Amino acid sequence: MPLWLFVVIKSALVLFVVVTTFAYAMLAERKVLAWMQLRPGPNRVGPWGLLQPAADAAKMLFKEDLTPATADSLIYRLAPWISMITAMGVFAVIPFSESSSGLWSIGDVNAGILFVFSLTSLGVYGISLAGWSSGSKFPLLGSLRSTAQMISYELAMTLSVVGVLILAGTTSLAGIVHAQNKLWFVIPQFLGFIIYVITAVAETNRAPFDLVEAETELVGGFHTEYSGLRFGLFFIAEYLNMITVSCIATLLFFGGWNPLFGLSVIPGIVWFVLKVGFVIFIYIWLRATLPRLRYDRLMAFGWQVLLPLATLNLMATAAIVAWKG
Amino acid sequence: MTFFWVLAIALIATAVFTVTQRSPVHSVVGLLANFVVLATLYLTLNAEFIFVMQIIVYAGAILVLFVFVISLLSAGTGPFSEGPNRMPRALVPAALVALTGFGFLIYGLARGPLGILPPHVATSHPGEVGQSGVFGSVADFGVALFSTHLLPFEITAFILMVAVIGVVVLAGDAALAPTRGHHVRRRTQEREAIVKAER
Repeated sequence: MPLWLFVVIKSALVLFVVVTTFAYAMLAERKVLAWMQLRPGPNRVGPWGLLQPAADAAKMLFKEDLTPATADSLIYRLAPWISMITAMGVFAVIPFSESSSGLWSIGDVNAGILFVFSLTSLGVYGISLAGWSSGSKFPLLGSLRSTAQMISYELAMTLSVVGVLILAGTTSLAGIVHAQNKLWFVIPQFLGFIIYVITAVAETNRAPFDLVEAETELVGGFHTEYSGLRFGLFFIAEYLNMITVSCIATLLFFGGWNPLFGLSVIPGIVWFVLKVGFVIFIYIWLRATLPRLRYDRLMAFGWQVLLPLATLNLMATAAIVAWKG
Repeated sequence: MTFFWVLAIALIATAVFTVTQRSPVHSVVGLLANFVVLATLYLTLNAEFIFVMQIIVYAGAILVLFVFVISLLSAGTGPFSEGPNRMPRALVPAALVALTGFGFLIYGLARGPLGILPPHVATSHPGEVGQSGVFGSVADFGVALFSTHLLPFEITAFILMVAVIGVVVLAGDAALAPTRGHHVRRRTQEREAIVKAER
């Protein structure tokens, strides 16, 4: 089989799996939120509400696709695709399990983690251009907030990860997982892990950092004017970003596909999925528990608390690694 | 080589798109596409670290600030279609500068062999993208940056810091800068106002 065909087949498979994961992550979020608030949650479509994502998708498809008269139509149409493509592109370099022949990842890139950061840093364009091109007040305010928030938190997020890179001595995602065979980096890099989780929530614009689409003050934020399939693209992109940061957290801090308690009977992919599921659950838990932050507090927290802490963590890690030789 | 021509044409096309647009945001989108294509060009040269840095630094950080400032300042203003046509006056100097630059390029290329650098100048051999310890890899780049090129690197960092301090000095208004005491004073003033209103 030629290499390109192999890559195309793998990409199609990963795309299918990731989109299915998105659908059920959404259902899981609604169910878990409902249980935490003592409600039954979606339970009408199919047994136990399992066909709810299909119903939602059908609804999204048949909704009218509106473009406001004041919108900049080229950019208005382009913006959801930027969000979507940058969210999906990340999965090209994520290794899902141990593989010497490169079976479990589309491309094992030497600069894997840097590639992930470069793509996620492009994701902000989807939101900021969508807000600007809608040509109305609330989307513009939402997108300005999001741009400021994402730039601020990206810095602390990248710094929090550098500690892991120093310990592992490589930027390849598979290499980082291999470096955690004995000890998961969540233990020596606990501060880095906490900073990563907080900044990742802010990067993906989820509660309690969802000021971008704070419905009580901004209607719907940057996607106020979007409807139908284009809104759906933003929606998918947001969830894919959540899955991405959960995958990265698993790879960097929870040992990737390394088994827990030495249970290597269970294949690595199962461990990987379990750990990613756990991180996604933490996300849902946070959303159900915490109220939204005030905007000035959010910015002050990012610049005055998280950034210095991440820098301190980086310098301490570098000093210890240098001292040990 | 086919890759190179496709990317080169795309690079020029996006650059032309960037300068011919009337709306500044369209220009930014064109520039974004330009940066991404340029990064891809680096990737075909096996320089994956430069590829990543081009996207993170230029597309992910600098251009985001462009979008931020443009959407903040030009919301509701018309496109740059009004005003006098400045093209005739700028045409001759622009053409001169472009021709001189192009001439130097041709001269430089004509002097050496058509390859950019003879292979023995590179410290390590070019290899597959994704390998470590070859030209353009992260490890190789890091070693070069912190050993051979440490002084230029530090000087660049110093210049950038001077620029940042300069901006703060030029734009900052000392009288308005909030201090801790300022906040306390303001809170006291606000409280006094509330107390007065309640009376």
